[in-house]
Amino acid sequence: MSAEYILEMNSITKEYGSNAVLKDVTLRIRPGEIHALLGENGAGKSTLMNVLFGMPVIHSTGGFKGQVFLNGEPVRILSPMDAMEKGIGMVHQEFMLIPGFSITDNIKLNREITKPWPISKILGKDLEFLDRRSMSKDARHALDSVGMGIDEYALVSGLPVGHMQFIEIAREIDKTGVKLLVFDEPTAVLTESEASQLLNVMKEIASKGIAIIFITHRLDEVMNAADNITILRDGRLVKTLAKSETTAEQLAALMIGRGDDSVIQVEKRKDAPSENIAMTIRNLWVNMPGEVCRGINLDVYEGEILGIGGLAGQGKIGIPNGVMGLYEAIGDVELFGKPLPLNNTASALKSGLAFVSEDRRGVGLLLDQSIEDNIVFSAMQVHGSYLKGPLHQKDSKKIRKTAEELIQQLDIRCTSPAQATGTLSGGNQQKVCVARALMLNPKFLFVSEPTRGIDIGAKQLVLETLVRLGREQHMTIVMVSSELQELRSICDRIAIIAEGKVASILRPEDSDAAFGLAMSGAQLKGGEAE
Amino acid sequence: MNKQNKIVNHIKSYAVTYLFIALSIFFIVVSGLDLNYVASQLLLRLNRNAFIVLALIIPIVAGMGINFSITIGAMAAQIGLLLTISWGVTGLPGILLAGAITLPLASLFGFLIGKLLNKMKGQETIGSLILGYFANGAYQLLFLFIFGTFIPLSDKVTIVGASGVQNTLNLTGSVGLYKALDGILQIPFSMIAYIIAGVVAVLSVVLFVRKKLTTQKLVLAIVGAALVVCVLQIPFVSGLFSGAGGRQMIRVPVVTWLLIACLCVFNTLIMRTRLGQKFRAVGQSQTVANAAGINVDKTRVIAIVISTVLAGWGQIVFMQSDGIGTFQTYAAHEQVGLYAGAAILVGGASIDRATNLQALVGTFLFHSLFITAQSAASNLFGDSAVGEYFRAFLSYGVIAIALVIYAWRGAKKTKTGGLDLTKVEKN
Repeated sequence: MSAEYILEMNSITKEYGSNAVLKDVTLRIRPGEIHALLGENGAGKSTLMNVLFGMPVIHSTGGFKGQVFLNGEPVRILSPMDAMEKGIGMVHQEFMLIPGFSITDNIKLNREITKPWPISKILGKDLEFLDRRSMSKDARHALDSVGMGIDEYALVSGLPVGHMQFIEIAREIDKTGVKLLVFDEPTAVLTESEASQLLNVMKEIASKGIAIIFITHRLDEVMNAADNITILRDGRLVKTLAKSETTAEQLAALMIGRGDDSVIQVEKRKDAPSENIAMTIRNLWVNMPGEVCRGINLDVYEGEILGIGGLAGQGKIGIPNGVMGLYEAIGDVELFGKPLPLNNTASALKSGLAFVSEDRRGVGLLLDQSIEDNIVFSAMQVHGSYLKGPLHQKDSKKIRKTAEELIQQLDIRCTSPAQATGTLSGGNQQKVCVARALMLNPKFLFVSEPTRGIDIGAKQLVLETLVRLGREQHMTIVMVSSELQELRSICDRIAIIAEGKVASILRPEDSDAAFGLAMSGAQLKGGEAE
Repeated sequence: MNKQNKIVNHIKSYAVTYLFIALSIFFIVVSGLDLNYVASQLLLRLNRNAFIVLALIIPIVAGMGINFSITIGAMAAQIGLLLTISWGVTGLPGILLAGAITLPLASLFGFLIGKLLNKMKGQETIGSLILGYFANGAYQLLFLFIFGTFIPLSDKVTIVGASGVQNTLNLTGSVGLYKALDGILQIPFSMIAYIIAGVVAVLSVVLFVRKKLTTQKLVLAIVGAALVVCVLQIPFVSGLFSGAGGRQMIRVPVVTWLLIACLCVFNTLIMRTRLGQKFRAVGQSQTVANAAGINVDKTRVIAIVISTVLAGWGQIVFMQSDGIGTFQTYAAHEQVGLYAGAAILVGGASIDRATNLQALVGTFLFHSLFITAQSAASNLFGDSAVGEYFRAFLSYGVIAIALVIYAWRGAKKTKTGGLDLTKVEKN
């Protein structure tokens, strides 16, 4: 009955359309082990877990190839409910708790213990009364097993964030027959002491024979708690290792992986092109949901291309959005020696900043408007150019001429300047965004995720354009990107953001391990850069 | 300090209720109406309206806001009443028949409403309001054309020489539906008060002996009961309710009150079942409920079905008690949702929270203003029409305030979802 592995996922391949997000990935978990699953964003971790839980998104896009074995028997997991019944539990990253419910009610949600009475026998189980005493007893037991002494009657809404994670775990443990638990970034919101308590609880759960899949990017926690480690990169299995035979440095290097194929070849500059500081950022906090910055300190030199990298959700995108005033921010920012008021997009634009947003279709473009209108829109609003007459009408001729120039310069593929931007391909939309930013004649350009969702040819063109702007027009460019390879091919320096702070500032030629460790926040305690 | 905060919070969340208490007292004084009259009218209106208002609670708990489409439940009830009158069933059997017809009709309507509201999550309150208006059109068509043309009705209710149902139907006399519930058993108010006080006292002692009640609560219950009995001994108070001095003797329709009490018990008990737990879970977070394997859409449909059926029965209770026993065929349902929604909000409920007590208190306060508004206005401005406007202003105003407060709280919540920058220390 007891197979060697509690879970085997063999040769899993998953394609969305023609885009393969998982290629021949194998994951094997033994009973009672803590198995860390490592990888950058987009490496395929969440898709693999979606397959494991039978999420509708998998089935509605044509299923997957490969086999799943539970306890040595082949299974088909049809839905998250099905996964739950088969003994697979999930501790969510966003808490799946109801704040207005007591801890007991949350732990027992939809698994309430009930007592039948005559009417419920006729009208169904839904009308059975809750047996709160037994429910509390179970909840107490589950809480004790994760080392939580708190009152099981307390409301969740009043609890500190750290406690909620433990309640989630208690709920999973309370489910009878749970054999495998998935922890998705469980320590992301915990304080240091809570995180170490959590690791202890995980070890304790594992010692009872329940296997754990531990998804995280914190390598020190992996080295502390995991027995075995599987690393994914770009949807492929890189390696499965035992902890005893590896180091954090090796893991970091494997996670990043040296791509020999730089996106474009750019002659590297030896030093920063200038000693003059273009922008200083001091203690910048940005309240951008999902990309919160917690005290960024950063200097940008005139004429350089500074890359900002890091994992998703760590706050890298919050920096340009905060400086440009798109999200609430506090801190001190100086631009060319002059203080820049925050939370004021108009004044940021007027002072010579321009921003190509990562949210191309939302913030970036007016999709129903023509290319030419999109290109001149910001310049018209900010500088009042391209207007004529006392009533400030649009100067159509001048607009058309400028648009045609830029279309040629940036090689925007379109039928005419009057084509609606919504009908363009992603790469050409991105070029329209860049064109619009250029219309402001910026001295300083923020570019956020410029190559997201566009094909390789367009990527090269966008990157080449950025390099040309930097080298020829001496524009200072800050480029935020999730694609480390891109940053390494065109940037002079790369700042890695972890947990809302600058973890480290690296040079493009630094080792994979250095980048990997910085991304996992490992150097955070070593002191902030600069 | 902490206690003070509690009181401040209480006043903040019940600001509308306290405002209405103050307004009610002011209006009663200004109107110059006899207190005996006010009290009798109030009890009558509480008796008529409470049931419908209580029907709003379950959808609110299930996170669907104020279900203005109870209007459609009322329409179902009116179809039931029409058929009952047409078939000539009188008295209590007539009421029961109307209720029986309402059950499947309102269930069907509720099911459809629920399905539709599931397609417009987050906008249920407005959606149900518009749905009520839309259904009114369908109702007019049904009563003007389809009844009598395709569905045969007796001559008693149709317009002679044309299609459609008469504008006004009589519930009194040989129809025998007027006061068919209210009239079964009527007891003087003071006697009811004594009985309730007695029952509360005995029940609390029994519960205390069975250790289901703390000593503190026992004392509270007994002192409360004793207080009620004592207050009723004061001549001024007893005079309010007794027929002394040419005043009206206030009697309580026991059966209707029992029905209202049953509904309160039902609302309480259902929240203690697995279904009730689902209502609450879905109401607080659809995402979490869904992740726990609860069928969110189904739960919401059930909530609306129950509410629609209850509202239908509530409309029957209302109609058999209302006015002089006439049934305004084409208008009786129109204000049902509006007044009930306003009443429960006045009682301190919000778009996402409601209790039995809030429903009852709200009905009481809302109607105390209704009774006095006209006389107060004619005393203050010399024009009773102002009072009429004031009523409409009040009902819509209260609902608007509730919607704004809800939206405002929601906006505040999403804002604090990220990072509270005010708490960051600048160094």
